[in-house]
Amino acid sequence: MITFIPRDKVSKNWTIIGPILSIFLTVFFGLLIFTFLGYNPLETLYQIFLSPFSRIDRISDIFVKACPLIIVGIGLMLCFRANVWNIGAEGQFIIGTLLAGSFALLFPSIETKFFIFIMIVIGFIGGALWAFIPAILKTKLNVNEILVSLMLVYVAMLFIDFIVRGPLRDPMSFGFPLSKPYPEGAIINKIPFPGIGYLGQLHYGILFIILLIPISWLFVNKTLSGFKINVLGAAPKAAKFAGFKQNTITITVLLISGGLAGVAGVIEVSANIGQLQPEVSFGYGFTAIIVAFLGRLNPVGILFAGIIIATVKLGADNAQMSMGIPKVVTGLFEGILLFFLLTGETLQKYKIKWSKVT
Amino acid sequence: MDALILTIIATSIPLLLAATGELITEKSGVLNLGVEGMMLSGAVGALGAVLWLGNPYFGIIAGALSGIFMASIFSIFTINFMTNQVATGLGLTIFATGLTGLAGAPLVGKTVPSLPKIEIFLLSDIPFVGEILFKQDFIAYLSIAIIIFITYFLKYSKSGIVLRAVGDDHQSAHSVGYPVKKIRWYATCFGGMCAGIGGAYIPLVLTPHWSEGMTAGRGWIALALVVFASWIPWRIIVGALIFGGITIAQLVGQARGWPIPSQILSMMPYLATIVALTMISGRISKNNSVVPASLGKPFFDTQ
Amino acid sequence: MLKFCMRIFSLFALSASVLFFIFNSAFAGNPTKVGFVYLTTPGDHGWTYAHELGKQMVEKRFGSDVKVSVVENVPEGPDATRVIRELAKQGNEIIFTTSFGYMEPTLKVAKEFPNVKFEHITGYKRSKNVATGNIRFYEGRYIQGVVAGLMTKTNKIGYIGAYPIAEVIMGINSFAQGLRSVNKDASISVIWANTWYDPVKEADAAKVHIAEGADILAQHTDSPAMLQIAEKKGALGFGQSTDMSAFAPKAQLFASINNWGPYYIRKIEELKSGKWNTGDGPDHWAGNDWGGLKAEMLLISKFQNMPDSVAKKAQEALNGLKSGKINIFAGPLVDNTGKEIIPAGKSLDDGALWGMNYYLKGVNGKVPG
Repeated sequence: MITFIPRDKVSKNWTIIGPILSIFLTVFFGLLIFTFLGYNPLETLYQIFLSPFSRIDRISDIFVKACPLIIVGIGLMLCFRANVWNIGAEGQFIIGTLLAGSFALLFPSIETKFFIFIMIVIGFIGGALWAFIPAILKTKLNVNEILVSLMLVYVAMLFIDFIVRGPLRDPMSFGFPLSKPYPEGAIINKIPFPGIGYLGQLHYGILFIILLIPISWLFVNKTLSGFKINVLGAAPKAAKFAGFKQNTITITVLLISGGLAGVAGVIEVSANIGQLQPEVSFGYGFTAIIVAFLGRLNPVGILFAGIIIATVKLGADNAQMSMGIPKVVTGLFEGILLFFLLTGETLQKYKIKWSKVT
Repeated sequence: MDALILTIIATSIPLLLAATGELITEKSGVLNLGVEGMMLSGAVGALGAVLWLGNPYFGIIAGALSGIFMASIFSIFTINFMTNQVATGLGLTIFATGLTGLAGAPLVGKTVPSLPKIEIFLLSDIPFVGEILFKQDFIAYLSIAIIIFITYFLKYSKSGIVLRAVGDDHQSAHSVGYPVKKIRWYATCFGGMCAGIGGAYIPLVLTPHWSEGMTAGRGWIALALVVFASWIPWRIIVGALIFGGITIAQLVGQARGWPIPSQILSMMPYLATIVALTMISGRISKNNSVVPASLGKPFFDTQ
Repeated sequence: MLKFCMRIFSLFALSASVLFFIFNSAFAGNPTKVGFVYLTTPGDHGWTYAHELGKQMVEKRFGSDVKVSVVENVPEGPDATRVIRELAKQGNEIIFTTSFGYMEPTLKVAKEFPNVKFEHITGYKRSKNVATGNIRFYEGRYIQGVVAGLMTKTNKIGYIGAYPIAEVIMGINSFAQGLRSVNKDASISVIWANTWYDPVKEADAAKVHIAEGADILAQHTDSPAMLQIAEKKGALGFGQSTDMSAFAPKAQLFASINNWGPYYIRKIEELKSGKWNTGDGPDHWAGNDWGGLKAEMLLISKFQNMPDSVAKKAQEALNGLKSGKINIFAGPLVDNTGKEIIPAGKSLDDGALWGMNYYLKGVNGKVPG
């Protein structure tokens, strides 16, 4: 029988060993699965985990793929720290994109260098608005935010579908559901490197992450608001006792996470798609939940988690191209990795004790 | 008209079963967001079993077992290793989508005989009602039986009261001497079984083939239904029928040329759920006994 | 700490690149490298499966002279750009991108790789090294209309469309023309599934059509769910993209089969012999390759579950379309509100087909949007 005994304080060792051990265990299970399925296990592992690092442009594509995941993940981090379960980031992503995109398409002639920044602000507002619905229902009427935010994902998907097939459809698209291309100012350009040219899809939107990570780190660790969020999540009774306004915190974290999801959408679409289409998100909002947990709800961790998940996704594409391995294995991997990581989190707080069944 | 009602009922049954199972799981204090994954594995397990053994009834058993298998993965991590239930549940759905995609690959392109309809002697001859209620397949009857059973179970049986106690306050339940972890294991596996059978209904009755991710989000709706029903079993029937009804009404509206954009109609079930949640929650805040108080909180077993 | 991490990382990258070269050189050889990008998995039994069959024909025809790479389940967005670029970088000489949503990604990557040939399926934008290919799906639907008109007892046809885009609408209109050529009393009701692929929803739509009195079903969505429902409820219907008779042996009247193989083979042969081109047509929907029954890019499966007299009529329609004797959209054409589309003596050209946003006579309701 295994029993768990609480540690006096969170184990520093396990904070580091946990994630590394989880990755090793995942790789081990991966080896088993691939051997069982009849693929060369070593080559598969090479394709999934290492091939994305084998060329400089592949590495930059990892960052491109990780970009929206990290931005959304940082927002969700705040929610989850405060024990607010926003799992509708996908919907907030979509609405932020839609609002900013509509602005770009309706007012293409506004001449300003800051066009894209205006769009980012609008995207933030759009995402925040969508997150405001579960926020207000939760604080005023005690409605479960998990379900409301989730239901709103489906509403958002159908709504953008309706808009792109109807009001915002490009008349020149032969009935296909595409908006007109964004005006010049609404596009985020790729970064040119002297002598090399472009590296994959690497674009200026990446800079947003470089800003966001330190800011969110400071916010969480060095400000009073960050402290309040942590306390509310870890010890709600203590928070109540200390007189923190729970509702204000709940609304704030939901608005910020929704807003960041919206910003992620604006950056993703302006950099990589350049027009509105029925599908803009591809599950980033859901994957970011895993990224947030993988990263231990901490900004630097989320950065690495985003990179790991993006690597696996790119690696799975490579494995498919070179070995014909079906893409569904990514999901299998993500799932196993998450299970082990979460277990690692338990080991941070508890010691294991083996004892004979009595 | 009765054909339409039959369609609504058929669409509702997977939701009904999965939601019923999740209700019991949640009553024990466990929030399992992996319903979608458990339904998928039920679907793939059922189809595989029917192809292998040839009899659709084995599909029901296989579906149930596949669901239980997924639920036990969830239980090991959340109940024994005390991991976060929300994250583990999401992980379970992602994991199961991948696993069923792999396991289902050999099933692609194959079809199986559907579950036969069972006519109940004499009752099925009643005009209209008989056609709708007493000429259903085994799973449909089973789902109603399960609802009746758990209504009775939760209200009148000792085990049911213990289950609720565990969900409402696991520490007290533990100190009185109830095996909290064991009860939660059973409840989660019951949820997995129901979700598995619900998933199995899709290839066994609705569309007899396998395709990746064929549950298409129905597991999430089932989660919403539990709250919609405010954890009262019979209300799940109502909720599932409303949901199925709106889904079908949207299609009928198109066939008859109602001038409403189909996307707006498609939104209705989701918006209706939010409205229902809001209306119920207004009551919940006054009467806290409806929501299992320990829902989603891991239980640490002090010895 | 940071330095240490950097060192580990560079070690990682180094070993990775060494490994990469080892693997790369292991596969030296000189076959033509061909890439395919799929939207879903071949397990859909519909659209992607048809492309998979085409790919298999390529492999069978060329054997070890080609090396085929496939990427499935590629969403129509940034991932597509990356995957297509990766295929180009890996030395694929011709890349088939098999869904409409890959249009912009294909063009984007094509600009970066001027020596690689790209074949975008169902798109309307071309460039120097991007050709487009499509099938005249609507021709098969005309024959479906003829068969439906002769077989229906209730005079109600249920049609399940994916999205109200020109491609689907022209199919519905073509169906209506076929229908009305043999049966002026029958009419078509359309349900939009708003998805290409959701078996349960497609099944629900089929059930609703049957409940509303339709006895013949047609679909422009991808799964075999509709036919399975028809089979169970004793209705009849048509297979989509591939022969679906295995799913509905008693319900499928025939299937319109997308036959991409010969097209792929021809384009690869052109590439090998240096004759590959994007045609000289304007940048217009007509494209350089929009083949139908005559080009055998669209095939009609065996006529079944119908009396010989009906099969004979269907065969006549098929022959007529092949020989060009039947012109589906010849005037006078009137839409379902009575507005004249085109007078007698004229007929719609390809451009007009891609502008369709109305139903012809014989279809109920209004095009949404």
